Amino acid sequence: MRTCSIKGGETLNDSNFDKEFDARGLACPLPIIKARQEINSLGLGQILKVVCTDRGSLNDFKGWAKSAKNLEIVDQKTEPENGREVYIHFLKRTA
Amino acid sequence: MELQQSPSVNGKSPQDQIRELEARIASLEERQPDDRVSMVVFSGDLDKVLASFIIATGAAAMGQQVSMFFTFWGLNSLRKKRIVVGKKLSEKMMALMSPDCSKGLPVSQMNFFGMGAVMLRFMMKEKKVASLEELISLAHELKVRMVACEMSREVMGIKDEELVEAETGGVATFLADALKSRVTLFI
Repeated sequence: MRTCSIKGGETLNDSNFDKEFDARGLACPLPIIKARQEINSLGLGQILKVVCTDRGSLNDFKGWAKSAKNLEIVDQKTEPENGREVYIHFLKRTA
Repeated sequence: MELQQSPSVNGKSPQDQIRELEARIASLEERQPDDRVSMVVFSGDLDKVLASFIIATGAAAMGQQVSMFFTFWGLNSLRKKRIVVGKKLSEKMMALMSPDCSKGLPVSQMNFFGMGAVMLRFMMKEKKVASLEELISLAHELKVRMVACEMSREVMGIKDEELVEAETGGVATFLADALKSRVTLFI
Protein backbone atom coordinates (compact mmCIF):
# COMPACT_ATOMS: atom_id res chain seq x y z
CA MET A 1 0.00 0.00 0.00
CA ARG A 2 1.52 3.26 -1.10
CA THR A 3 0.73 6.42 0.82
CA CYS A 4 2.15 9.69 -0.33
CA SER A 5 1.91 13.14 1.16
CA ILE A 6 2.35 16.06 -1.19
CA LYS A 7 3.77 19.18 0.41
CA GLY A 8 3.64 22.56 -1.24
CA GLY A 9 3.20 21.22 -4.75
CA GLU A 10 6.30 19.01 -4.76
CA THR A 11 5.92 15.27 -5.36
CA LEU A 12 7.86 12.99 -3.06
CA ASN A 13 9.49 10.39 -5.23
CA ASP A 14 12.50 8.17 -4.92
CA SER A 15 14.97 10.88 -5.78
CA ASN A 16 13.86 13.46 -3.20
CA PHE A 17 16.25 12.64 -0.41
CA ASP A 18 19.82 13.44 0.55
CA LYS A 19 21.03 10.18 1.99
CA GLU A 20 19.88 6.58 1.95
CA PHE A 21 20.40 4.13 4.77
CA ASP A 22 19.86 0.43 4.11
CA ALA A 23 18.44 -1.13 7.28
CA ARG A 24 17.27 -4.32 5.57
CA GLY A 25 17.71 -7.32 7.84
CA LEU A 26 18.12 -5.22 10.98
CA ALA A 27 15.79 -6.05 13.85
CA CYS A 28 14.59 -3.81 16.67
CA PRO A 29 16.27 -1.84 18.24
CA LEU A 30 18.94 -1.50 15.55
CA PRO A 31 16.90 0.31 12.86
CA ILE A 32 16.22 3.22 15.23
CA ILE A 33 19.69 3.26 16.76
CA LYS A 34 21.49 3.30 13.41
CA ALA A 35 19.01 5.70 11.80
CA ARG A 36 19.66 8.16 14.62
CA GLN A 37 23.39 8.08 13.89
CA GLU A 38 22.66 8.71 10.22
CA ILE A 39 20.28 11.59 10.96
CA ASN A 40 22.91 13.26 13.11
CA SER A 41 25.26 13.25 10.15
CA LEU A 42 22.77 15.21 8.01
CA GLY A 43 22.47 18.95 7.78
CA LEU A 44 19.39 20.90 8.81
CA GLY A 45 16.49 20.34 6.42
CA GLN A 46 18.06 17.31 4.75
CA ILE A 47 16.10 14.12 4.22
CA LEU A 48 17.19 10.59 5.12
CA LYS A 49 15.64 7.60 3.38
CA VAL A 50 15.64 4.47 5.55
CA VAL A 51 14.74 1.08 4.06
CA CYS A 52 13.69 -1.54 6.64
CA THR A 53 12.44 -5.10 6.57
CA ASP A 54 11.29 -4.84 10.21
CA ARG A 55 7.51 -4.52 10.18
CA GLY A 56 7.49 -2.90 13.61
CA SER A 57 9.51 -0.02 12.11
CA LEU A 58 6.33 1.65 10.84
CA ASN A 59 5.09 2.37 14.35
CA ASP A 60 8.61 2.72 15.74
CA PHE A 61 9.63 5.55 13.41
CA LYS A 62 6.30 7.29 14.04
CA GLY A 63 6.95 7.03 17.79
CA TRP A 64 10.53 8.23 17.47
CA ALA A 65 9.51 11.25 15.39
CA LYS A 66 6.79 12.11 17.91
CA SER A 67 9.22 12.09 20.85
CA ALA A 68 12.36 13.45 19.21
CA LYS A 69 12.80 17.17 18.91
CA ASN A 70 15.12 17.14 15.91
CA LEU A 71 13.30 15.27 13.18
CA GLU A 72 9.97 14.74 11.48
CA ILE A 73 8.53 12.09 9.20
CA VAL A 74 7.99 13.30 5.66
CA ASP A 75 6.56 10.04 4.35
CA GLN A 76 6.32 6.31 4.97
CA LYS A 77 5.62 3.65 2.35
CA THR A 78 5.31 -0.10 2.23
CA GLU A 79 6.48 -1.76 -0.97
CA PRO A 80 6.84 -5.34 -2.13
CA GLU A 81 10.37 -6.46 -2.82
CA ASN A 82 11.64 -9.96 -3.64
CA GLY A 83 8.55 -11.69 -2.25
CA ARG A 84 8.47 -9.79 1.02
CA GLU A 85 7.66 -6.23 2.05
CA VAL A 86 10.04 -3.39 2.74
CA TYR A 87 9.14 -0.34 4.78
CA ILE A 88 10.57 2.95 3.59
CA HIS A 89 10.78 5.99 5.83
CA PHE A 90 11.68 9.51 4.75
CA LEU A 91 12.89 11.54 7.73
CA LYS A 92 13.77 15.23 7.71
CA ARG A 93 16.23 16.72 10.19
CA THR A 94 14.61 19.76 11.78
CA ALA A 95 17.06 20.74 14.50
CA MET B 1 1.71 49.28 42.87
CA GLU B 2 1.67 50.05 39.16
CA LEU B 3 3.94 48.01 36.91
CA GLN B 4 5.59 51.10 35.45
CA GLN B 5 6.94 51.94 38.87
CA SER B 6 8.42 48.47 39.61
CA PRO B 7 12.19 48.33 39.56
CA SER B 8 13.72 46.51 36.59
CA VAL B 9 15.87 43.47 37.30
CA ASN B 10 19.18 43.08 35.40
CA GLY B 11 18.11 45.90 33.15
CA LYS B 12 14.96 44.08 32.00
CA SER B 13 11.62 45.82 32.18
CA PRO B 14 8.76 44.16 34.06
CA GLN B 15 7.01 43.45 30.75
CA ASP B 16 10.09 41.57 29.53
CA GLN B 17 10.25 39.65 32.77
CA ILE B 18 6.60 38.65 32.38
CA ARG B 19 7.16 37.57 28.80
CA GLU B 20 10.13 35.48 29.86
CA LEU B 21 8.18 33.86 32.67
CA GLU B 22 5.32 33.07 30.30
CA ALA B 23 7.73 31.40 27.89
CA ARG B 24 9.21 29.31 30.69
CA ILE B 25 5.77 28.27 31.93
CA ALA B 26 4.80 27.28 28.37
CA SER B 27 7.87 25.07 28.01
CA LEU B 28 7.25 23.52 31.45
CA GLU B 29 3.63 22.79 30.54
CA GLU B 30 4.80 21.11 27.35
CA ARG B 31 6.97 18.76 29.37
CA GLN B 32 4.15 17.71 31.69
CA PRO B 33 3.11 14.10 31.17
CA ASP B 34 -0.28 13.43 29.54
CA ASP B 35 -3.16 11.59 31.18
CA ARG B 36 -1.52 8.44 30.00
CA VAL B 37 -0.54 5.01 31.38
CA SER B 38 1.96 2.70 29.66
CA MET B 39 2.73 -0.92 30.42
CA VAL B 40 5.12 -3.56 29.27
CA VAL B 41 3.48 -6.99 29.61
CA PHE B 42 6.52 -9.26 29.65
CA SER B 43 5.10 -12.04 31.80
CA GLY B 44 3.03 -14.91 30.46
CA ASP B 45 1.59 -15.81 33.86
CA LEU B 46 -2.17 -15.76 34.34
CA ASP B 47 -2.07 -13.87 37.64
CA LYS B 48 0.33 -11.20 36.34
CA VAL B 49 -1.50 -10.75 33.05
CA LEU B 50 -4.79 -10.46 34.94
CA ALA B 51 -3.30 -7.74 37.11
CA SER B 52 -2.13 -5.87 34.02
CA PHE B 53 -5.57 -6.00 32.39
CA ILE B 54 -7.28 -4.92 35.59
CA ILE B 55 -5.01 -1.90 35.80
CA ALA B 56 -5.40 -1.17 32.09
CA THR B 57 -9.18 -1.32 32.06
CA GLY B 58 -9.36 0.55 35.37
CA ALA B 59 -7.17 3.35 34.08
CA ALA B 60 -9.09 3.54 30.80
CA ALA B 61 -12.36 3.74 32.72
CA MET B 62 -10.85 6.61 34.71
CA GLY B 63 -10.24 8.54 31.51
CA GLN B 64 -6.56 7.74 30.96
CA GLN B 65 -5.06 6.84 27.57
CA VAL B 66 -3.63 3.36 28.04
CA SER B 67 -0.97 1.51 26.04
CA MET B 68 0.01 -2.11 26.60
CA PHE B 69 3.15 -3.46 24.95
CA PHE B 70 3.19 -7.28 24.83
CA THR B 71 6.64 -8.81 24.57
CA PHE B 72 8.20 -12.29 24.98
CA TRP B 73 5.99 -14.38 27.27
CA GLY B 74 3.35 -11.65 27.31
CA LEU B 75 2.61 -12.49 23.67
CA ASN B 76 0.99 -15.71 24.89
CA SER B 77 -1.83 -13.69 26.41
CA LEU B 78 -2.67 -12.46 22.89
CA ARG B 79 -2.67 -15.97 21.49
CA LYS B 80 -5.82 -17.39 19.96
CA LYS B 81 -4.35 -20.59 18.53
CA ARG B 82 -1.13 -22.52 18.18
CA ILE B 83 0.48 -23.36 14.86
CA VAL B 84 3.23 -25.96 14.68
CA VAL B 85 3.43 -26.77 10.96
CA GLY B 86 5.55 -24.63 8.71
CA LYS B 87 8.03 -23.72 11.42
CA LYS B 88 11.68 -24.48 12.07
CA LEU B 89 12.47 -27.14 14.68
CA SER B 90 13.40 -24.61 17.37
CA GLU B 91 10.19 -22.66 16.68
CA LYS B 92 8.13 -25.85 16.72
CA MET B 93 9.53 -26.72 20.14
CA MET B 94 8.86 -23.23 21.43
CA ALA B 95 5.26 -23.46 20.22
CA LEU B 96 4.70 -26.91 21.73
CA MET B 97 5.98 -25.73 25.10
CA SER B 98 3.80 -22.59 25.06
CA PRO B 99 0.11 -22.23 25.93
CA ASP B 100 -2.14 -22.55 22.91
CA CYS B 101 -4.29 -19.57 23.90
CA SER B 102 -4.94 -17.21 26.81
CA LYS B 103 -6.94 -19.95 28.55
CA GLY B 104 -3.74 -21.99 28.80
CA LEU B 105 -1.68 -19.47 30.79
CA PRO B 106 -0.10 -20.87 33.97
CA VAL B 107 -0.04 -19.09 37.32
CA SER B 108 3.31 -17.75 38.48
CA GLN B 109 3.36 -19.89 41.62
CA MET B 110 1.83 -23.23 42.65
CA ASN B 111 0.93 -24.06 39.08
CA PHE B 112 1.17 -27.85 39.69
CA PHE B 113 1.10 -28.74 35.99
CA GLY B 114 -1.90 -26.49 35.35
CA MET B 115 -3.99 -27.27 38.44
CA GLY B 116 -3.06 -23.94 39.98
CA ALA B 117 -4.44 -21.98 37.02
CA VAL B 118 -7.65 -24.05 37.03
CA MET B 119 -8.07 -23.41 40.79
CA LEU B 120 -7.50 -19.68 40.41
CA ARG B 121 -10.05 -19.40 37.60
CA PHE B 122 -12.53 -21.40 39.66
CA MET B 123 -12.03 -19.18 42.71
CA MET B 124 -12.42 -16.04 40.61
CA LYS B 125 -15.65 -17.34 39.12
CA GLU B 126 -16.97 -18.10 42.60
CA LYS B 127 -16.39 -14.49 43.65
CA LYS B 128 -17.85 -13.22 40.36
CA VAL B 129 -14.56 -11.60 39.30
CA ALA B 130 -14.26 -10.92 35.57
CA SER B 131 -12.21 -13.54 33.72
CA LEU B 132 -9.09 -12.71 31.74
CA GLU B 133 -10.92 -13.14 28.44
CA GLU B 134 -13.68 -10.76 29.57
CA LEU B 135 -11.08 -8.21 30.61
CA ILE B 136 -9.27 -8.48 27.27
CA SER B 137 -12.50 -7.81 25.45
CA LEU B 138 -13.28 -4.88 27.77
CA ALA B 139 -9.84 -3.49 27.06
CA HIS B 140 -10.66 -3.51 23.33
CA GLU B 141 -13.95 -1.74 23.98
CA LEU B 142 -12.26 0.89 26.11
CA LYS B 143 -9.80 1.54 23.29
CA VAL B 144 -6.69 0.40 25.16
CA ARG B 145 -3.82 0.42 22.68
CA MET B 146 -2.39 -3.10 22.40
CA VAL B 147 0.91 -3.51 20.63
CA ALA B 148 2.63 -6.84 19.98
CA CYS B 149 6.41 -6.68 20.02
CA GLU B 150 7.55 -7.53 16.51
CA MET B 151 11.06 -8.54 17.50
CA SER B 152 10.14 -11.08 20.20
CA ARG B 153 7.32 -12.39 18.02
CA GLU B 154 9.85 -13.12 15.27
CA VAL B 155 12.42 -14.55 17.68
CA MET B 156 9.90 -16.95 19.23
CA GLY B 157 8.58 -17.91 15.80
CA ILE B 158 4.99 -16.89 16.52
CA LYS B 159 2.99 -16.35 13.33
CA ASP B 160 0.52 -13.47 12.90
CA GLU B 161 -2.38 -15.91 12.56
CA GLU B 162 -1.73 -17.23 16.07
CA LEU B 163 -2.36 -13.83 17.67
CA VAL B 164 -5.50 -11.75 17.95
CA GLU B 165 -5.61 -8.48 16.02
CA ALA B 166 -3.06 -6.09 17.49
CA GLU B 167 -0.73 -3.35 16.33
CA THR B 168 2.87 -4.29 15.76
CA GLY B 169 5.81 -2.26 16.94
CA GLY B 170 9.17 -2.19 18.64
CA VAL B 171 10.95 -0.33 21.38
CA ALA B 172 10.34 3.17 20.01
CA THR B 173 6.62 2.47 19.77
CA PHE B 174 6.53 1.66 23.48
CA LEU B 175 8.82 4.50 24.50
CA ALA B 176 6.95 7.17 22.54
CA ASP B 177 3.94 6.46 24.75
CA ALA B 178 5.92 5.81 27.93
CA LEU B 179 7.85 9.07 27.71
CA LYS B 180 4.56 10.96 27.92
CA SER B 181 2.97 8.80 30.60
CA ARG B 182 2.29 9.53 34.22
CA VAL B 183 2.42 5.83 35.06
CA THR B 184 4.70 3.26 33.44
CA LEU B 185 4.73 -0.36 34.55
CA PHE B 186 6.75 -3.48 33.73
CA ILE B 187 4.73 -6.61 34.43
